[in-house]
Amino acid sequence: MNADAYHAARIFAAPHAHGGGEIRRTMLRVQLALAPATLFGFWLYGWPAFFLWLLTLFFAQVFEVMSLRLTGNAGQVGFLGDGSALLTGWLLAMTLPPWSPWWIGALGAFIAIVVAKQVFGGLGQNVFNPAMAARVALLVSFPLQLTAWVVPLPLSGLDAPGFLDGLRITLGQIPVPDAMTSASLLGYAKTELSRGLGLAQALAAGHAPQLSWLGVRAGSMGESSALLILAGGIFLLATGVIRWQAPLGVLAGTLVPALIAHAVAPETCLDAASHLLSGALMLGAFFIATDYVTSPATGTGRLVFGLGVGLLTWIIRTLGGYPEGVAFAVLFMNALAPLIDRGIRPRILGRTRSGQPIRNAGK
Amino acid sequence: MGLMEKIFTRSWGVHPRDYKRPAADAPVRVMPMPERLYLSLAQHLGAPARPAVLVGQKVKKGEKLADPQGPVSAAIHAPTSGVIAAIGEISAPHPSGLPVQAIILEADGRDEWSDALTTCDNPLGLDPDEIGRRVADAGVVGMGGATFPSALKLSSSRKAGVTTLVMNGGECEPYLSCDDRLMRDEAETIIDGIRLMLHATGAKDAIVGIEDNKPEAIAAMRKAAAAWGDVRVRPIPARYPMGSEKQLVQTLTGREIPAGALPAAVGVVVHNVGTARAVSEAVRLGRPLVSRLLTVNGGCVVAPGNVVAPVGALVEDVIAFAGGIEGSPARLVMGGPMMGVSLPHARTPVIKGTSGILALDAAQADDRREEACIRCASCARACPIQIMPLEIARHIRGNDLKGAVGLGLKDCIACGCCAYVCPAHIPLVQYFAHAKGTLAAEDRARQKAEATRKLAAARSERLAREAREKAEIAARRKAEREAAKAAAAAQSAGGMSA
Amino acid sequence: MMAVLTLTLLGAALGLALGIAGRLLAVEADADVARLEALLPGTNCGQCGFPGCAGAAAAMAAGDAPPSCCPPGGKAVALALAEKLGVSLDLSSVLDEGPKLAVVAEDLCIGCCRCLKYCPTDAILGAPKQIHNVLKEACTGCAACVEHCPTEALIIQPMPVGWQHWVMPKPAAA
Repeated sequence: MNADAYHAARIFAAPHAHGGGEIRRTMLRVQLALAPATLFGFWLYGWPAFFLWLLTLFFAQVFEVMSLRLTGNAGQVGFLGDGSALLTGWLLAMTLPPWSPWWIGALGAFIAIVVAKQVFGGLGQNVFNPAMAARVALLVSFPLQLTAWVVPLPLSGLDAPGFLDGLRITLGQIPVPDAMTSASLLGYAKTELSRGLGLAQALAAGHAPQLSWLGVRAGSMGESSALLILAGGIFLLATGVIRWQAPLGVLAGTLVPALIAHAVAPETCLDAASHLLSGALMLGAFFIATDYVTSPATGTGRLVFGLGVGLLTWIIRTLGGYPEGVAFAVLFMNALAPLIDRGIRPRILGRTRSGQPIRNAGK
Repeated sequence: MGLMEKIFTRSWGVHPRDYKRPAADAPVRVMPMPERLYLSLAQHLGAPARPAVLVGQKVKKGEKLADPQGPVSAAIHAPTSGVIAAIGEISAPHPSGLPVQAIILEADGRDEWSDALTTCDNPLGLDPDEIGRRVADAGVVGMGGATFPSALKLSSSRKAGVTTLVMNGGECEPYLSCDDRLMRDEAETIIDGIRLMLHATGAKDAIVGIEDNKPEAIAAMRKAAAAWGDVRVRPIPARYPMGSEKQLVQTLTGREIPAGALPAAVGVVVHNVGTARAVSEAVRLGRPLVSRLLTVNGGCVVAPGNVVAPVGALVEDVIAFAGGIEGSPARLVMGGPMMGVSLPHARTPVIKGTSGILALDAAQADDRREEACIRCASCARACPIQIMPLEIARHIRGNDLKGAVGLGLKDCIACGCCAYVCPAHIPLVQYFAHAKGTLAAEDRARQKAEATRKLAAARSERLAREAREKAEIAARRKAEREAAKAAAAAQSAGGMSA
Repeated sequence: MMAVLTLTLLGAALGLALGIAGRLLAVEADADVARLEALLPGTNCGQCGFPGCAGAAAAMAAGDAPPSCCPPGGKAVALALAEKLGVSLDLSSVLDEGPKLAVVAEDLCIGCCRCLKYCPTDAILGAPKQIHNVLKEACTGCAACVEHCPTEALIIQPMPVGWQHWVMPKPAAA
């Protein structure tokens, strides 16, 4: 072929090169980072956890495709699309009680994908984190189902439900026996406190925070193993998918007040380790507060955002009516994110922070 | 820079795969003179040149073909001897492919230099203004791509009292290696040009910044500069856009150029190393800028390398000389891949600022559909001037250009880092170019409206004046008639009385 | 009962507050005729149907004409007028095909000079029995001359765009 045969198909703007980044790959990396904790959760809570996870992801994707069809954007993605709906479904599944009936997952997926995301204009346009919005909506609507944490029954154990029993539990045909449920650490502490018991006395009776590192205790998949979540977070940091500001902010925002409060009032305030390792804090720090769409765009803004999430989480846990507050804190800070972005902007080269050209700097 | 500043200052720019070798290591090839040359009259920043030759006129190599027009403009010279075939139009090397005025020169094949060239053996003894005049006479413009008339830059730097001459040997654009090649092969000439520029600008010393991915060029330039105390060669980290004026000056001198100002505001002037070579040739040998070294590269070029091509050669001729094209190129680009312009076709001429011709294959061009912004802010992190491309593009998408300007649209240097890293493949630079172009068009419309109002006012004033004059004339005539009548009456009355 | 009363009172009070705020904080429509006229091209070409630009400005100030009534002004003038008038503008009603220009068809022009006196910006050059010419820089494309040409030699064309003034198209929406 000769150069004179060349005719551009259309007008191309510079640059004529690309770094190769893809939304799909970013989403895939986050899913990869979630995988270890999820697999561990399957082992810990058995087949029902697996079915719930599968159903939540399935419904999330179904609702995504349906919404895109309705808004006339279906042509742009294949069935798996950019992977964002699967990730949202996955994150939601991580925060649900593992033995929840199927309709909790389906309804959650509907709220997350349709109400919290597509109604706002689809990917990139939503104000609130879809997974957290769905979780909060479910929690206030179905408090009973959303606090039915089962004690871990490792898949290898004898009394763990088998494949078919697991399916029946997820389909709601077998009610979760009361004997198998237990309060999460935070829920337990809150209940005991409200009964007027001191924490030292209450926690002596079996709940050992050390177990939180490994996660062998009642809770959602997302809080089962702080260690594996942390490993996933470090993987994301290392691959550059997320930056350090938001996770650090969240952890510091909870850690600092927890340390102070526990030192001042050990009987009424949980220790820092319990705060950090319980509930959705680790998941929130590395996977929720780092959501690009609903957090500020600057590094400093993300630090502020993270600190807000962490601090609010501690306040809700310690002073509020709910034992856990990550989801509420995230939603609250989501609403503030545009404001943070307005207030915190990087200094443009050659200008002062107020936007005026600098005067002979460095001369 | 305080500690806090250091922690919170983000790393800017990108590290694209550079594709510079093997093209950079291949020896330079000199392109034979094509039969016809198309010399665009607008191949520099500023007003187009005005033809100074007639169709049919015989010219020799180096003879002036067009004069600069206005203060910001540059002369154009004949790249070979021959006959002026026409003064017409050719497709401009521009994405639009719209026509540009050009002088078409038919080569006679003898390639005879004009004998009117003034050489100079001791240029450092010349008056600085005389150097500027010779550079202007040679039609030298910035060779890095901005094509600002060099003589004007030299004289204005002297007036501004700059102290440091920063020489741009960064060549941070991927694929391009013509500056690298030039520094390896003609370091002595470049250093000579730098010393002439020091003399012409009155700057005390020169720093040559060369990216550390060009060790051969650094060594050659260091060797050539060793004899002179006022020229230093400094390796700088390879990072795009290190060759951008603001970034280069900050890296080499630590000085930050104020927004909207020239480097002269911090006592610096920046020139490209290729320009230094052209200045030396112009002043010592009296040779005008009629050819240049450019890189022919890209996945679809059979034999990538650096080529000396006459100004005015067609892109298709240059590519054909470089071995032609294999496969079907996804994009034909003039300049580098990050800031160069895509060409609609190859029948467009090489100009003084053409640093490269790239025929990119589909994988290199990576042309993909735009997806939704997920606000990952990769663009903001990559932006060397630290604006927020995602926010600005959002405003432009919503036709809020005022908002986009408020967020720093006018500070954008169009380096392309944001679009390069965007995982959603959003053509951010295209948004910015569209907005800047629209704002400029609005400015022109406003100026035209202003001029129209003035013209309309002048016309109504003229009409009023004409009416007034007509009335005055009528009144005068009437008065005259009446006076005549009265006189006649008086006469007849007098006659009667007499 | 108490609740109904409270809500009624609340509604009334808030409504009153809104009403007062609406009065006090109203965006002052800065629409005196002279300022509107300053935004218009000032060519008095008459395409709006009012007697000259002053007439159009008066009509707009009185609310008898929309801010989009000036065809040669295009989108830019319409937007400026709408801002001054304090009204929102339906941009789809503005027919902006870009700047226009009158050109003389050289084979039709008979050099009658009739068009000259109708040009509001004196943009047509011509002498008797000579082919006329239009000054590109001065012509506003208002078409006032067209109807006065006995041989239909004046044609309104879009202003040609040079590559220097070419504007990169906006990316197609994702």
